[in-house]
Amino acid sequence: MKDVILQLDSISKSFDEKPILEKLNLEIGRNEFVTLLGPSGCGKSTTLRIIGGFEKPDEGRVIFEGKDITNLSPDKRNVNTVFQKYSLFPNMNVEENIAFGLKLKKKSQQYIKDKINYALKLVNMDGYGHRKPMSLSGGQQQRVAIARAIVNEPQILLLDEPLGALDLKLRHEMQRELIKIKKEVGITFIYVTHDQEEALTMSDRIVVMNKGIVQQIGTSKSIYDEPQNAFVADFIGDSNIIDGIMKEDRLVQIQNVSISCVDEGFGKDELVDVVIRPEDLVIVKEEKGFLKGMVISVIFKGAYYEIKVRVGNYEWKVQSVNPAQPGSIVGLTILPENIQIMHKPHSEDAEVAKEDE
Amino acid sequence: MVEKIKRIISGGYLGLIVLFLYAPILVLMVLSFNNSRSRVVWGGFTFKWYQSLFENEQIMEALVTTLLLALVAAVVATIIGVTAAIGMNAMQQKSYKLMMMFTNIPMLNADVVTGIALMLWMVNFIPLGFGSVLISHITFCIPYVILSVMPKIRQMNMSIYEAARDLGANTVYAFAKVILPQIIGGIISGFFMAFTMSMDDFVITYFTKGAGVNTLSTMIYGEIRKGIKPEMYALSTIIFVIIFLILLVVNCLPEKNKKVEEKKF
Repeated sequence: MKDVILQLDSISKSFDEKPILEKLNLEIGRNEFVTLLGPSGCGKSTTLRIIGGFEKPDEGRVIFEGKDITNLSPDKRNVNTVFQKYSLFPNMNVEENIAFGLKLKKKSQQYIKDKINYALKLVNMDGYGHRKPMSLSGGQQQRVAIARAIVNEPQILLLDEPLGALDLKLRHEMQRELIKIKKEVGITFIYVTHDQEEALTMSDRIVVMNKGIVQQIGTSKSIYDEPQNAFVADFIGDSNIIDGIMKEDRLVQIQNVSISCVDEGFGKDELVDVVIRPEDLVIVKEEKGFLKGMVISVIFKGAYYEIKVRVGNYEWKVQSVNPAQPGSIVGLTILPENIQIMHKPHSEDAEVAKEDE
Repeated sequence: MVEKIKRIISGGYLGLIVLFLYAPILVLMVLSFNNSRSRVVWGGFTFKWYQSLFENEQIMEALVTTLLLALVAAVVATIIGVTAAIGMNAMQQKSYKLMMMFTNIPMLNADVVTGIALMLWMVNFIPLGFGSVLISHITFCIPYVILSVMPKIRQMNMSIYEAARDLGANTVYAFAKVILPQIIGGIISGFFMAFTMSMDDFVITYFTKGAGVNTLSTMIYGEIRKGIKPEMYALSTIIFVIIFLILLVVNCLPEKNKKVEEKKF
């Protein structure tokens, strides 16, 4: 039995009659790093705002430590939020910003001082206490925002795309630091992002959302390796998604070629979606591949070449460390365990995902 | 050579502007210290017009009415205007634009029209007097407050209010500690703008005041019909100096604030 700290019980929410969340159920364990991941407008930020108390769900309940807190205002909840950007109080310096919540809790001067020092060290901002937010860079501002939230010792820290406004290099650095901070303070993190790489790097568990509906919940690895539907496969990383027919257990037919795979339990001749990651395809000599096609483009991407190979009327995306000659005929092979078979969408959820393509 | 001519022309142009704008006021101020009733003869320096001004009960009463009116109207208009601006800011773009249009119309509208309209409206409900003038002044002051507060609110990121709530502040505390410091500059300048607009107004006051109540402007107008007394010069000088000082304060205030902030670094 998992130690559940927060439970969302069939939450629905619409704005101007436009449904944003539909019967969302989610359980978050103590000390977990959970990421809500999805394209903009998928309802991930709304979910976070409902947990923070800034929005009220139309239906459903928010249960925190076994208590229904659905109607509690944000100031009465033991959760704190790090907002997207520029949420520091510009009229106060860094120390005053961090002390804001503690002063409201009527903590002693000494306690506040110690906490500020501790928090500034934690986020690597020692010596910035007297600076005004306006004089800090975007990354520094977000560090202070994290410190300001952490000192209140919330049981859950909500992070709403906190790194969204930062440049790539800084973002990577901050990701590492967030993991470090999470380890140090040992509280639950709920993180919202549309950046799949960010989600894969940091999370214990990822909740992939689209159009207000949870598409898949799982660890980074399981979501990447075993996407449950075409939306997840497409959204997380690059992938080739192609129609296939399940001939029998461990044998799938793609583009009129039968190849062995590792999936079982599908019906005979069932129509399926087949997902193959571009880095799992290997370019070989024409006669050695299970598929034959013509190289139509080769793009240098730094660590690898992105190669497109047309087989029939489908263009396969291939990532390879070796270039190929455009116009040449090549073969493609793949290991059975790198083929991911998915049921064709029949449930309503998967339907929604499909529409989006 | 050409440069020199250019300089002379631009200097002369500026001189003309200053002359037409400020020379009359300067003459008025000089005359208020003139120990002669004549407008063309300098009879020596005196404070006697100021003295008789302050001894004139009618004028003093009008002065008190004007200041009281301006103060109350400005305070009430500031409260209504600030809350209105915050509400309007939260509206969707379409409603916001519509509301801003409604706000701008009374400012551009001719005072005569506003004055007559307010009078016609007010006679149906309350006796014309201090109350009706006050309501009218509040009415036309609100747009000025909204207009001076709105840019500050638009500049502000509303998520700082949510951040304050998130950290445990209730609505009032969050507003006072986080929102107010951001927009206080706009509120102060809005207040003073409303104050001077109210002090300045003649037309709307004239239509809505009824009998018995007089502000300085309506009283001066009444007096002038009987002939201009030098006390009026003194009074006008005082009004000009007061408004000049207020404007000076309003314009210097934001810069001072900035300097204080810079020093902290």
